Amino acid sequence: MAGAADLDVAYVARLARINLSKEEAKAFQKQLGDVLNYVEKLRQADVSHVEAAAHALPIFNVFREDEPRDWFTAEEALSNAPRKTNDLFIVPKVVE
Amino acid sequence: MTEKDLPALSIADLQSLLRRKEVSAREVINALQERIEAVDGEIGAYLSLDVDTAIKEAEEADLDLPLGGVPLAIKDIINVMDQPCTCGSKILQGYRATYDAAVIRRLRAAGAIPFGKTNLDEFAMGSSTENSAVKVTRNPWDLSRVPGGSSGGSAAAVAADAAFGALGSDTGGSIRQPAALSGVVGFKPTYGRVSRFGLVAFASSLDQIGPLTKTVRDAALIMNAIAGHDPQDSTSLNERVPDYAAKLGKDLRGIRLGVPKEYMIERTDSQVKAAINTAVKQMNSLGAEIVDVSLSHTDYAVAVYYILATAEASANLARFDGVRYGYRAENARDMLDLYGRTREEGFGAEVKRRIILGTYVLSSGYYDAYYLRAQKVRELIRQDFAKVFDKVDALISPTSPVPAFKLGERAADPLQMYLADIFTIAANLAGICGISLPCGFADMEGHRLPIGLQLLGKPLDEARIFQIAHAYEQSTDWHKARPPIVNAAPKA
Repeated sequence: MAGAADLDVAYVARLARINLSKEEAKAFQKQLGDVLNYVEKLRQADVSHVEAAAHALPIFNVFREDEPRDWFTAEEALSNAPRKTNDLFIVPKVVE
Repeated sequence: MTEKDLPALSIADLQSLLRRKEVSAREVINALQERIEAVDGEIGAYLSLDVDTAIKEAEEADLDLPLGGVPLAIKDIINVMDQPCTCGSKILQGYRATYDAAVIRRLRAAGAIPFGKTNLDEFAMGSSTENSAVKVTRNPWDLSRVPGGSSGGSAAAVAADAAFGALGSDTGGSIRQPAALSGVVGFKPTYGRVSRFGLVAFASSLDQIGPLTKTVRDAALIMNAIAGHDPQDSTSLNERVPDYAAKLGKDLRGIRLGVPKEYMIERTDSQVKAAINTAVKQMNSLGAEIVDVSLSHTDYAVAVYYILATAEASANLARFDGVRYGYRAENARDMLDLYGRTREEGFGAEVKRRIILGTYVLSSGYYDAYYLRAQKVRELIRQDFAKVFDKVDALISPTSPVPAFKLGERAADPLQMYLADIFTIAANLAGICGISLPCGFADMEGHRLPIGLQLLGKPLDEARIFQIAHAYEQSTDWHKARPPIVNAAPKA
């Protein structure tokens, strides 16, 4: 298992799209380092004959008919938008 | 009975009064509102109330329905149409739900009235409700202590007679642990038993909605309303739902109760240990056979949980990006700046920590070492329970190793806070059902602090857990105790 020393909080925060202050990054580096050291104990478990479990239930491939149904109107879907115009979400310019 | 005494009633007793027309549903709402005004300034259980709508619904309530006219509090991570749903986070400030969660639709169909939203750790991430970005919730038994978490607002409201019952959500113990620390009943259904549709997702393979109540019977009544298959949740089980109240009143003859040795550990508080040992003897005197059992992978549960839950959270919380709802950072230069600053400013420290940890354990080069390995150990934990349930009907343990701790006491050390869930987490990993119910008090610095007893049951064996819990509860007086703040509340 990779150790706590491998964790670069500033880099992972960029992957997660969260800006961090220097102070916050430093605090997280220590705190998450402690957590990663703690989870090292999983190395002791013998998992050589175990299949990974995505969840605890033996159910797979739940299908439904692909049929239209009533759901939000555009107005409802936009009702919580921080910025909107003409039934659209407004965001900063993506392409120059 | 005066209106002032109404909030002390259980749901079952309230219904008797309503059906005999000794009290109207509207009077019930009024009495509840008065109680909330009297105590919630100090406790801080509620984030929002919708009394006007509740009164309207009360006036039209069909009292013949299973929960007709019964007002219920809802953890503020479950969508209730036209009400806020803050998830205890700045990032959802101003958001109003545009639909009802499946459980809310079911509660309404059963006649219940969702009238207020309760405080929680931000996005249900925490064990003390201190991670709420909105406000502090205090334990009704000692206002200098936490109510537990993450469903701390729901637990505190029920404990202070400021709710007849409440919904919470339990991802690693977030119903059972606050129930234990606040001295109420908290029930976590089998994974898939209750629809998660409309529950804001934290860790989708672990989250379950369940009730917090004053009595075991009340929890069974709420479960009768909310359990069942929902095509809008692909992990919902298509299984028959029995009447959970039907087996209540049976004794414990023929029941085999397992005491897992890994749950009776040294670092558990001595008063908690003593209370659990007394409860085990009590169960035995009620007819249950007590069996020593072992769940050998227990010690890995917290580690597995903090890998899997954070991994799932890092994906689930990607939707909070400032585009479609909630908080948005101002004057963003471009999209990356919008995402990065919205999430920096909108999320609290614990949520950021977990998203970063979850992103890390899923990232290239680390996935096998952390995420895949944790999934395999999860399967070992599930198998532990499956094997033990061949031998016993249910397991008995403390819910929390300690009674309520002081506000601020653990907030600085995330790992110490994570270990508060040591007895509850494995049940979520294994997908089984469980309950916490009051089983005594610890004396701490002149305060009586509730102690919770946990019972864990086989998948879909909720009815038996209710039966065992009810038999124990009715043989004790613990559920009748009320915190000092309730007795101090002005009476007419």
